[in-house]
Amino acid sequence: MLKTFKPGGIHPAENKLSAKEAIKVPGIPKTVFIPVAQHIGAPSVPVVKRGDSVKVGQLIAKSGGFVSANIHSSVSGKVKKIDTIPDSSGYRKQGIIIDVEGDEWEESIDTSENLVGQFNLTSEEIINAITQAGVVGLGGATFPTHVKLMPPKGMKAEILIVNGVECEPYLTSDHRLMLEKADEILVGTRLLMKAMKVDKAYIGIENNKPDAIQLLKQKIQGGNHIEIVTLKVRYPQGGEKQLIKAVTGKEVPSGGLPIAVGAVVSNVGTAFAVYEAVQKKKPLVERVVTVTGKSVGKPSNFKVRIGTPVSVLINAAGGMPEDTGKIISGGPMMGKAITNLDVPVTKGTSGILLMKGSESKRKKTISCIRCSRCVSVCPMGLEPYLLQTVSEKQMWGPAEEGNIMDCIECGSCSYTCPSNRPLLDYIRLGKGKVGQIMRTRKS
Amino acid sequence: MSTTIIYTVVTLSTIGTLAAVILYFVAQKFKVYEDPRIDDVETSLPGANCGGCGYAGCRAFAEACVKQNELSNLFCPVGGNDCMGDVAKILGIEAVKQDPRVAVVRCQGSCEYRPRTNKFDGVTTCAIASSVYGGETGCQFGCHGYGDCVAACDFDAIHINPETGIPEVVDEKCVACGACVKACPKNLIELRKKFPKKRKIYVSCRNEEKGGIARKACSVACIGCGKCEKECKFDAITIANNLAFIDSDKCRLCRKCVSVCPTNAIIEVGFPPRKIKQETSEESKAKTPATAGNEK
Amino acid sequence: MSNLLIVSPSPHIHSEDSAQKIMFRVVLAMMPALVWSVFVFGIDGLRVTFIAVAACIAFEYLIQRFLMKVEPVITDGSAIVTGILLAFNVPSNLPWWIILIGALVAIGIGKLSFGGLGNNIFNPALVGRVFLLISFPVQMTSWPVTIQSGIDAVTSATPLSFLKEGIKNGKSISELAGGLPNNIDLLFGNTGGSLGEVSAILLILGGLYMLVKKVITWHTPVAVLGSVFIFSGILWLINPELYINPVFQILTGGVMLGAIFMATDMVTSPMTGKGQIIYGIGIGLITISIRTWGAYPEGISFAILLMNAVTPLINTYAKPKLFGGYK
Repeated sequence: MLKTFKPGGIHPAENKLSAKEAIKVPGIPKTVFIPVAQHIGAPSVPVVKRGDSVKVGQLIAKSGGFVSANIHSSVSGKVKKIDTIPDSSGYRKQGIIIDVEGDEWEESIDTSENLVGQFNLTSEEIINAITQAGVVGLGGATFPTHVKLMPPKGMKAEILIVNGVECEPYLTSDHRLMLEKADEILVGTRLLMKAMKVDKAYIGIENNKPDAIQLLKQKIQGGNHIEIVTLKVRYPQGGEKQLIKAVTGKEVPSGGLPIAVGAVVSNVGTAFAVYEAVQKKKPLVERVVTVTGKSVGKPSNFKVRIGTPVSVLINAAGGMPEDTGKIISGGPMMGKAITNLDVPVTKGTSGILLMKGSESKRKKTISCIRCSRCVSVCPMGLEPYLLQTVSEKQMWGPAEEGNIMDCIECGSCSYTCPSNRPLLDYIRLGKGKVGQIMRTRKS
Repeated sequence: MSTTIIYTVVTLSTIGTLAAVILYFVAQKFKVYEDPRIDDVETSLPGANCGGCGYAGCRAFAEACVKQNELSNLFCPVGGNDCMGDVAKILGIEAVKQDPRVAVVRCQGSCEYRPRTNKFDGVTTCAIASSVYGGETGCQFGCHGYGDCVAACDFDAIHINPETGIPEVVDEKCVACGACVKACPKNLIELRKKFPKKRKIYVSCRNEEKGGIARKACSVACIGCGKCEKECKFDAITIANNLAFIDSDKCRLCRKCVSVCPTNAIIEVGFPPRKIKQETSEESKAKTPATAGNEK
Repeated sequence: MSNLLIVSPSPHIHSEDSAQKIMFRVVLAMMPALVWSVFVFGIDGLRVTFIAVAACIAFEYLIQRFLMKVEPVITDGSAIVTGILLAFNVPSNLPWWIILIGALVAIGIGKLSFGGLGNNIFNPALVGRVFLLISFPVQMTSWPVTIQSGIDAVTSATPLSFLKEGIKNGKSISELAGGLPNNIDLLFGNTGGSLGEVSAILLILGGLYMLVKKVITWHTPVAVLGSVFIFSGILWLINPELYINPVFQILTGGVMLGAIFMATDMVTSPMTGKGQIIYGIGIGLITISIRTWGAYPEGISFAILLMNAVTPLINTYAKPKLFGGYK
């Protein structure tokens, strides 16, 4: 019996079209657009101005608070301007536009491919290096990593869980990273363990990636501090709370943080970024992005400079297919549809998915037949059909009593609804309103 | 047979009388004293229960009036000054007069001026669409046109114009309760001072982008050039975040700003046509839809 | 306009499942029992089913089109399910006009008066059935004999009504046993009764299909059958001469049909597994109570309707367990 989480969950068609494609470098674009808000928390504050020359890895915007992160230039060249740029959020946000000239890196960065496995650093030194490098969670939530490593007073981390689940259909960036950078990820994991002062780490991987499981198991032979946990394929297993449940059997209390059960979850991409930040002094300026879709010519995995416009990646993957109806930044379950091909890759972009016109349209909504599938697939034990109705009727009181704030917006309910009801649309709306009401009540 | 009927009648009557007596005493025992003026005030209110005053309904507003015993921060926008005068008379205090107001939609982004750049395929409410992204056009500040304001209006005073796709306010019906202002996620609707003959001059745009970007998204966007600000003699116009705003309390309807606006973002409503025809044909063309819509 | 990119909130993929497909699967699951009933009752079985289905679809269309003035949605297939279920619940020799009345009540009152698919409180087919049972007791309880029995009679009593009459007249079970069919006959369907009641094994087959296709979950049928079995078993242990054995209780009458096809109706049953178990147990208890002490020989229809009425209440209390919701 393979481990998985309870309750709920779905198993959509995996469509991992690019799983066999090695990570490639698509080349540096002519111009990059680097938003100053690429993470959860306060936006960063630009420290360069128009006309400044920058090198790769140079700090261009510094952290705007405790929950925030540094942003570094991903290219070398001149700052064209600081202006609003289109963002995957669908709104224009402030960003730094840099015209590329050559590819000159900061001298302190080790750009070689050599593995640096040994380290002799204290916990504080590691956290400091991570903070400086602007590492954030690369799974999609983009929560600043250094904040996660410093638990609130009175709480103690006991285990680290590295998230190699990649439960979203289509996406393969984490999978490829595990295959190609296994050693680095393990070093990164050990660094994170050291930083958190824990001596047990689990790497959770779903069993649709047997090659990655086998490779990592081989690499850790002899060590008993890191354990590979094979998980049954089930969406949304990559969700923090679901992964903790699957690996340890513990449930993070409603409204609480994973640290409440002594766990910290980090993506494999994050572990790799931590390795680079600490061992190679390389800030987070690149990430792996999957570009895929059923009619895409060459579904690929690219190592991309942050700020590269999506159009560059689509061209590198064989151009935009004629029948494209929708472009999604992220996976098909939780990603955001984008309207502008100038939207840049940010720290949280795990994939670009091009959907065919015929797949893009929503089907006609009919009335709820009370089949209770949304209830049975909800990984948080909520009643989506009820939350949708009360949100639609703007009954925020019952929505709060129905624990609407526990919703993780995984989309399982909307996915499974046989009446094609827009459950998550309304729940997300209700969640926003209830959150607002709760904040005003507190203050 | 007859005894059965008698028994029934007697039993039921006894139960009835007993219950009445009990009810009377219970009612006496649990009686709650209420200021009789609350009822009087409530009767003089319009009874729309729209919440425009900020209270949960007319009853709650009446209670607040009686309890505070002064009307400085209490105003019923539906009833207006007449109604508040009545309330003041009942309570024997001074009424506070307020200028009547009317809701104004500050966007002219019809398909003609603001080309569509994508297609939204989700629940068609403005609240959900704006939580997803900027909208179906290049302008992220403009109207979605899904009618959250129409749904919020209790007075049938706001409707989507099928030609422009933008809501329009029926001045006669609008009571300035502010429900649409709250419903609009883009903050497009403003309660402005009501001038005679439905006259209005306002910046019909909320785009805070720099001129180039704003203009590219919508041909009648405010580009924040500041010409109107310089032209205004009454300090009614302020520019913030690349966007002009006309304070209706200071505006004297001189119409000078309208003629200097290069993008026709400032519009005038309810005025007779100007005698001196100096407008270029482009200007008058841009002005027509908004003006025509409000004049019918 | 057509080449503009589409934007919608996540998720961007869908399970491809639809209410229509679910209804279609339910119809498919009822097919074995329907075919068998035609085999047992002859062409009459087909006639009743056809009239009921056609009438349900027609009434749904007409009422939605002309009375409710909405876009008719008969394509969702729910009227077909209601029609077949209604047919399954009546004798095969029922006159056509009574079936029409049943369909009208089922669709018009049972379903559309509440607002249509998904909004009805009671199972529409059962509303129709119970209405007919109360309004036309004679026609609704004169059961044609099966072709296979070879008896030269037009109608006969069902095992349950035979039993009820017998016990009322002071006979003991062992005295009546000769007149009762054996369990094997009940299982394969060689006895009289409503169309869909005849063969327990084919109903179970349909139920298994729905279970595999995830149209239903195991909770409701197991709870209904389990509670019927246990409750009647307790009675049987107390006095086997007065109360018949539990296996007979499960196999006769509409228990199987009710447990598998009618109590599991999505619209009118509780949302959670926990709720469905409470609901199922309720149905079982009420069924046996009516069978044992009530005026009617069979009680599953009433039991399901009664429990339908408390479904909203069950939904209020039987909530799913909140993830991380421990105190």
